[in-house]
Amino acid sequence: MRDLDTDVLVAVLRRAAARGATAADGFLVEDRHFSATVRLGDVETVTHARDQRLSLRVFAGRASAAASTSDLSPASLERVVDEATALARVTAEDPHAGLPEPGDLVDRLPELDLEDAGGHELSPEEKIDLARRTEAAALEMDPRITNSEGAEFSDRHARYAYATSSGFVKSYATSSFSLSASPVAGQNGDMQRDYWYSAARKRSRLDDPASIGKTAARRALRRLGGRKVKTVEVPVIFDPENAASLLRSLAGAASGPALYRRASFLLDRLGSRIASAGVTVVDDGLLPGALGSRPFDGEGLATRRTVLVNEGVLESYLLDSYSGRKLGMRSTHHAARDGAGVTVSTTNLMLLPGPASPEELIASVEDGLYVTELIGFGVNGVTGDYSRGAAGIWIEGGKLTYPVEEVTVAGNLLEMFAAVDGVANDLVLRDRTASPTLKIRRMVVAGN
Amino acid sequence: MWPAKDPEEPERMTELVQRRPERFFADRFNVTPSVMERLLGSALKGRVDDADIYLEYRVNEELVLEEGTVKKASRHVSQGAGVRAQAGTRTGYAHTDDISLTNLEEAARQARAIADRASASGVLAVPSRRSHDLYTLAESPTLADLTRKLKLLRLVDAEARAADPRVRQVIASVSSEEVVMLIATASGFAIGDVRPLTRLNVTVIAEDGAKREIGAHGGGGRVALDYFEEQERWRRFAREAARQATLKLSAVDAPAGTTTVVLGPGWPGILLHEAIGHGLEGDFNRKGTSAFAGRLGQKVASELVTVVDDGTLPNRRGSLNVDDEGTPTGRTVLIEHGILRGYMQDRLNSRLMGMTPTGNGRRESYAHPPMPRMTNTFMLAGEEPPEDIIRSVKSGLYAVAFGGGQVDITSGKFVFSASEAYLIEDGRVGAPVKGATLIGNGPDALTRVSRVGHDLELDEGIGTCGKDGQSVPVGVGLPTIRIDGMTVGGTQV
Repeated sequence: MRDLDTDVLVAVLRRAAARGATAADGFLVEDRHFSATVRLGDVETVTHARDQRLSLRVFAGRASAAASTSDLSPASLERVVDEATALARVTAEDPHAGLPEPGDLVDRLPELDLEDAGGHELSPEEKIDLARRTEAAALEMDPRITNSEGAEFSDRHARYAYATSSGFVKSYATSSFSLSASPVAGQNGDMQRDYWYSAARKRSRLDDPASIGKTAARRALRRLGGRKVKTVEVPVIFDPENAASLLRSLAGAASGPALYRRASFLLDRLGSRIASAGVTVVDDGLLPGALGSRPFDGEGLATRRTVLVNEGVLESYLLDSYSGRKLGMRSTHHAARDGAGVTVSTTNLMLLPGPASPEELIASVEDGLYVTELIGFGVNGVTGDYSRGAAGIWIEGGKLTYPVEEVTVAGNLLEMFAAVDGVANDLVLRDRTASPTLKIRRMVVAGN
Repeated sequence: MWPAKDPEEPERMTELVQRRPERFFADRFNVTPSVMERLLGSALKGRVDDADIYLEYRVNEELVLEEGTVKKASRHVSQGAGVRAQAGTRTGYAHTDDISLTNLEEAARQARAIADRASASGVLAVPSRRSHDLYTLAESPTLADLTRKLKLLRLVDAEARAADPRVRQVIASVSSEEVVMLIATASGFAIGDVRPLTRLNVTVIAEDGAKREIGAHGGGGRVALDYFEEQERWRRFAREAARQATLKLSAVDAPAGTTTVVLGPGWPGILLHEAIGHGLEGDFNRKGTSAFAGRLGQKVASELVTVVDDGTLPNRRGSLNVDDEGTPTGRTVLIEHGILRGYMQDRLNSRLMGMTPTGNGRRESYAHPPMPRMTNTFMLAGEEPPEDIIRSVKSGLYAVAFGGGQVDITSGKFVFSASEAYLIEDGRVGAPVKGATLIGNGPDALTRVSRVGHDLELDEGIGTCGKDGQSVPVGVGLPTIRIDGMTVGGTQV
């Protein structure tokens, strides 16, 4: 992949200044993407793509606007600048608007090992073969694996550049690779699909295709014969994948825009206890080779390690410069760019592991639910009220017994985090957000 | 309720129904339908069962008001081309955001690499229906005067704040989009479309002491900005958002367990989208991975239930003149008096299943290959007055507004989350309850529909459906219905 042309970005910022912008910043992304899906051994879809996008934010004094385009021709870029400056003329002054202080911008980029240029050099046939081997392992696992939604290999090679009108220009490149399978298990008219995946910044760090396929098959098989249970209030254990979704909800409530809009159950909770003492949540954007790592945030501020929750106490929010100023705080360097301007995102968000093994957590439950899947959007970020569809395995006498489906688990996130009475030792950073197995003392499981 | 369609007549498909997209891409990129057809012919002939080139140009604009003023405004332009080649069940897809002949040739080369042997049954469907003219507007919403949009947002803000002293925050946005698309296919027809889309959204945060709640309302469609001014729709949206937020401040815990559920008209039609809609998309049925696979002709709902997917409703958010493969949209009966009658199809899956494309081949953008998707999915009206339906319930839940939903297509389990619901006690609507997720099993849920109201409503125009990482605008609709026995995911045991 050729080097990114940061000159385009600099020229756009210069034009914005000529059009009357008092300050501006821009982000340029260019990527190449490939994906191949294989189903029942045959290639299903192969996608090749090349994309680019330049996004621009301009300030006219304390008023601002954003614009972006995928067309980097000179005429189009001129139009983008003109449109952004025209929009900035109609927006209201905002005393909190503005770029970070130039002195706060990242100086030397950390070595994060996010690119694997050689990893992309496989031929399409070799990439397809990885998907094929992943699916085959799932299909061969058990005669009850009767169908498949396919397996997929994908890789993406991207370059990012950020520049400000104050003269800052920095860029970096990332690679990502993923391999997944979605087998279908069938028995006695019951049909269950599940999924497993591996994702990494280095191709060599992807899990072995056979292990991904087998795990996916095992997950589908264990759901066969699922039944509803009686409505009851019991301990609930979330497996790592589903426990991670609780962290995402927590991060959403800790994000600056939700807070200054008063749309968060963590409002006014900074410094207070929001979870049981076993809960420590860290966002670390500096882990080498990790999927959520980045050398600087969407405003050019150096990436950090932030302790969000320390032994149950909320220690930090997640802020960009704007939401920081609104709240009378400083950016925590969590700005992210989207088309509409600047938003907030986490990097590598983790709940740190505890002492128990997942088996010990399960063994501590006389009667309860082990959650292996959650569906739906029943999380109220303002109140923390929580009600989602679930599937899993019933725990009886400290042992996993029969599969459960078509039930809901409900509570309130603040009460749920306060009721965490078991954090397992099985944290693996498989994705940008990760958690060990979590046990919550009581939740309502609704069924019959 | 909907006007009957003209008899379907075939037409010469090499002729563009809409002249504007053709000229647009010719002027801007020097790519004409004849260039596209030549590319498809020379690069792909004999090697594929189907192929197409899709060009797209998209402009989005959004203004956001918060804390009483519009401080955020953004405008985005996307353009690109997707080239697809298919042989048997194989699809090669390549896309580029740089529309030039060289890039299109390269994309065609990449796409066909995978599809190098046509199957014997390579007979291609040429659309037999006329395309529609469902949303020609006097003025594109992306070109509407910015000051009008600003004024609209300020009116909304003032209205929502005036509605109740407990309203603490108002976030309002007006977003508008225009997509120009042009598709040329290997079966020798090219067709274009210009698609406006706009939406006004209001979110309110209300506070009462330490209690805080959120309410949201909005709507829109393939309409001009005038739409929000007509009948003062903006005022209703603002009041509804404020009403919902303040109402929830006094909501009690929702019950947990199985109970009788009455769904109000309109947006609660998301039930259909999740419970049966996705399960009736052609791809999952062709692969046999849907809980509805192989069940055409079987009873899957109560005989009171007739459900259609209709992409031809004028100005609706989910409507299209032609789908993203160039097939004119239609009205597909999915369930007729409880019997499963049809699937929603794109070209690939209809070819492989020996069925007719239904105009449901949709894609998020040029960067995505099309797949079967819903348009506007709704249940036809029954005969009962809605009040009688509520009165018929001794104890249950009356749900009138929902957030999102999701379905596991293979197991058929689906959920959708109520954002406004009430207890029903002795036939009367009682206390409001906190949001709760409702869960059910697709092939089973509609068999429990015991009453259907005469009050069919379509939603206000807010739906976005996600599938395989692709989002497309959709609509839903429902009359008031009673479902005997649904699991409500509350906390009150």
